[in-house]
Amino acid sequence: MFFNEEFETLPRPALEALQLKRLQSTLERVYNNVPFYKATFDAAGIKPAIVSSLEDLQKLPFTTKQDMRDSYPYGLFAAPMDEIVRIHASSGTTGKPTVVGYTQKDISIWSELMARSFVAAGAHKGDIIHNAYGYGLFTGGLGAHYGAELLGASVIPISGGNTKRQIMIMQDFGSTVLTCTPSYSLFMAEEAQAEGIDFKNLKLRVGIFGAEPWSESMRAEIERKLNLSAIDIYGLSEIMGPGVAIECIEAKRGLHIWEDHFIPEIINPETGERLPEGERGELVITTITKQGIPLIRYRTRDITSLTYEPCICGRSHARITRMSGRSDDMLIIRGVNVFPSQIEAILVGIEGIEPHYMLIVDRVGTLDTLTVQVEVSEQLFSDEIKVLQALSRRVEKEIKDMLGVTCTAKLVEPKTIQRSEGKAKRVIDNRNL
Amino acid sequence: MKVEQISIFIENKSGRLAEITRILGEAGINIRALSLADTSDFGILRLIVNNGAKATSVLKENGFTVNNTEVVAVEVPDRPGGLSAILQTLDREAINVEYMYAFVERCAGNAVIIFRFDETDKAIDVLKKQNFNMLEGNRLYNM
Repeated sequence: MFFNEEFETLPRPALEALQLKRLQSTLERVYNNVPFYKATFDAAGIKPAIVSSLEDLQKLPFTTKQDMRDSYPYGLFAAPMDEIVRIHASSGTTGKPTVVGYTQKDISIWSELMARSFVAAGAHKGDIIHNAYGYGLFTGGLGAHYGAELLGASVIPISGGNTKRQIMIMQDFGSTVLTCTPSYSLFMAEEAQAEGIDFKNLKLRVGIFGAEPWSESMRAEIERKLNLSAIDIYGLSEIMGPGVAIECIEAKRGLHIWEDHFIPEIINPETGERLPEGERGELVITTITKQGIPLIRYRTRDITSLTYEPCICGRSHARITRMSGRSDDMLIIRGVNVFPSQIEAILVGIEGIEPHYMLIVDRVGTLDTLTVQVEVSEQLFSDEIKVLQALSRRVEKEIKDMLGVTCTAKLVEPKTIQRSEGKAKRVIDNRNL
Repeated sequence: MKVEQISIFIENKSGRLAEITRILGEAGINIRALSLADTSDFGILRLIVNNGAKATSVLKENGFTVNNTEVVAVEVPDRPGGLSAILQTLDREAINVEYMYAFVERCAGNAVIIFRFDETDKAIDVLKKQNFNMLEGNRLYNM
């Protein structure tokens, strides 16, 4: 099933010709309208006209999150303010948020891409979409909302929080599709269980989860606990918001990135060199239809790989693999690179462990220490010390075996690890580096 | 012959024991015997109370991880070698004691020891054959 069959299945030569044409006009637009791009292109001795093939994209400088902060709030906008109909901002964990603006056309493209994403995930007109992404400055809520309306589904704009009420509404309103962060879905499952509600009795069929990295094993856990098909969605406010890329329900192997609007590249985050198909590195995206805030070679900091292999669903658009972390939330512990999602995959693989964990990194003297806090569920609990100690040792050993990093596993009381109704916080880094 | 014991997982942080005893006290539950096993990070509090089912449910309501285990309460003659005789009997039959602790009250002048065995049923048989006296749960809870 497609939302826009012609463009979703466009043969590659036609798709690439369209990309080049759109890229060239975007470059002209930013060079003429955004002082930042004129300055960086001029500094690199580049005129937009040098781009005569998609390969030439590599010659252009990157745009970073820092560039967006330096242009706070509207410095990178390429359209006059009277054409901007919507402003969003990303959560600024450090300093000012990054601000993005959308023209009417940007909003309608975003809605279409989100509607395509819903269809790819197996949703359709007639579905009741329970949208538990946060509404507000965060792009998640409104992004999914507009796409769901364009699709013709019934949207419940519930936003995040108030979990008991969410569960009641899902039950009473007959929600068929759930959109939220993967960690929040598991929190819902926990709350439902406490209320004595079985997801098997709900009508949910599909869950579309994103806004934070998650693992295959967490997917299995969600599918089992919520009794639905869990689909990974990708997006970031700088590029658009949710709906930049999505898994198709037919394959559930990699996320199709809508290449008629975005050009993806994978680079080595250290050197900035482009990496060949299939290699893991940092995802870089160029927007080629955006008017409000077009970005050239934006460094997403997300780590993934890219494949152009045909997909069984019939879409011709390239796929990125599930995000394995971010190049900036990667932890380096005694020289070993560790992504929280890798630890999560190990923990979920140990029977009886709940996927609620916290990683605490400290520096004792000159040595980094990693403590993994794991909640003791009823299923795990034993009245014998040796059984619990064996469990901690097993967690330590599996992490050491798989990742090569020594850690201390610490068992904590259930529900003491902070739950999040948005993006889960998984790491506390106490090192002052 | 089996006695119900409840075990509670507690993190090593201040106030947890006070919290548990407060919850039990407010629920009108009387602690008959207890033992605390601890490591540097966590501990297990084992209790025998007058109303195990109620204790389990109020603790769970308050977010504690609780489980129930069957243990055996054995009367031990209050004289030198009294405990040794029991342990030697068990050793001959290769039954392991996972842990044990003393009960607060005496029973007919004898001490009462709570045992957790690796093979509870076999232990009960062996002790019965050797005429060691074991106490029923109901008697113990209300002693």
